[in-house]
Parts: sequence; C-alpha cells; structure tokens
Amino acid sequence: MKFADFVCFEATIPKLKASNRNSAIAELTSALNKAGRLGKGICEEITKAVIKREKEASTGMGKGVAVPHVKHEAVKDVVAAVGQSSAGIDFSSLDKKPVYSVILLISPADNPDRHLQAMESIFKHLQRDRFRKFLRQSQTAKEIKDLLREADENPSL
Amino acid sequence: MKTHLYNNSTYACNISPVGLKVQPGEDTLEKVVCETKVNIKNEDGLHMRPAMQFVDVANRFECDITVSNNENSVDGKSIMQMSMLAATYGTKLKIRAEGADAQQAVDALRKLVEEEHFDEPTPNEQKKC
Repeated sequence: MKFADFVCFEATIPKLKASNRNSAIAELTSALNKAGRLGKGICEEITKAVIKREKEASTGMGKGVAVPHVKHEAVKDVVAAVGQSSAGIDFSSLDKKPVYSVILLISPADNPDRHLQAMESIFKHLQRDRFRKFLRQSQTAKEIKDLLREADENPSL
Repeated sequence: MKTHLYNNSTYACNISPVGLKVQPGEDTLEKVVCETKVNIKNEDGLHMRPAMQFVDVANRFECDITVSNNENSVDGKSIMQMSMLAATYGTKLKIRAEGADAQQAVDALRKLVEEEHFDEPTPNEQKKC
C-alpha cells in the first residue's frame, strides 16, 4: 500500500500546537474530522478510543516517531493523518525520548488485513533514518505531502 | 514441528577428538542455528501488540533472530521491522535463530505464535461468541 492510498493530506498538521500526547491525538483526529473523513459527531469518541489504546501500550516506537491507532466502525477504510512537532511530545516511547512525528491511523473494525498493510507501509519508511530526518525537517503540509509522495515513488528514499 | 539444528565447526569441536576440542570461551561461543516455520493463527494477524510480545520474547535471548515472509527478512528484535512483515492471519513465517540459545529462542517464539496465538482470538473462537 502507498501513503497516498490512505494518508489524508488535507489533515496534515506541520506544526502541532499540542505539547502532550492526548492533545496531539485530539488535534489529529479533529483534523481528520474537518477533512470529512470521520463519521458525524464521532470525533471525540475516536479520540478517546485512540487514547485508551495508547494507555494500554505506547505506540511510541522510539527514534522520535509514534503511530497512535485504533480500529473503529466509523471508517470504511484505513485513513491516516500526519503531525509534526518541533518541540517534541512525550509519548512514553520505548526509548523514553520525545516524539517529533506522529502518524495517527484509524482502521475499519472488520478488516484487520488492511490495517496491517497500512502499518507495513508506515514502518517500511519510518524505519529509514533518511525518511525520518526529512519528515522532521518538513515545515509545511505541502513539504510533507511531497515527501510522502516521493517515498511512494521511490521506496529507497 | 520442523526444527532443523545445524552445528557449525565451533560447535562440532565438542564431538571432535580431544586434541582439537575448543574450550568454550568468549571467542568460541557455541554457534547453533535453529529454524522453524510458524503460522499466524490469531485473526487480526501480527499487529502492533502481538509484534511487541514477539519482540519482548525475542529480546530475552542472546542469539540473533531473523523472521522472514516470502519477501522480507527482518530483525525479530525490532518492533519497527516486525511491523513491516504485515503478517495477516494464515501467513507463514520463518524464524531463524543463531547463537548459543537459538533452540530455546525458537521454541519460545513458536509457542507464542502457534500455541498461545498471542492470547488473541482465532477465527473459530470468535464465531463461538
């Protein structure tokens, strides 16, 4: 799967206002909501569900990235929003270090395979030092979109 | 269970003539290679929580652990790399361990994936609910 297949570029937040995990998640879900990608009136419920999942086990995978996610029947297909924080956010990450890049992923309740494919695509790129570095250097939503599209075209980026 | 045990020359020294026997030491650790194939049995596949359980168990062992599907081989001790396998229900994975405790590692990981299926429901169990 490519980023372009599931990342909602209209919901990209190049400069997250949030300084903590819960509000970063809320910012990204509400961006998806504004972009019309979540069901009506369901935004808050999804935020809570993502936070609940995050409390069970942090999705801060180390190296400055976190991939908070949840399965929810409000979405018919996987959808993701990308957020960046230059100050860094405490996600209780595996390596205890702050998170600079957050990819929020909402997956349908009844399609585990699709969720796994989106995760594969996210981590294929996130595990590369260069990709993480470029993502962190991105200042605008357009730069992030260009980077993700470039990564789709050239997976060795 | 298909587990192959290969011994390399260092390990084989233990059964060679006394004169050639190598004392186990830091430079001559037993090199054992074990491999097994496992099937993903929980319905949701190897998503993040099971992948973390796998990595936790893998990290209890000294040996190197590689996990492969048909396309990729990844480090079984890295959560990011394990998440790249996108191993759905029914996927076959090859687990290869290399090092003194390879056999124990492969046994523990096979148990986690196939017997305990990460403490998650298998498709049959869900239908009963």
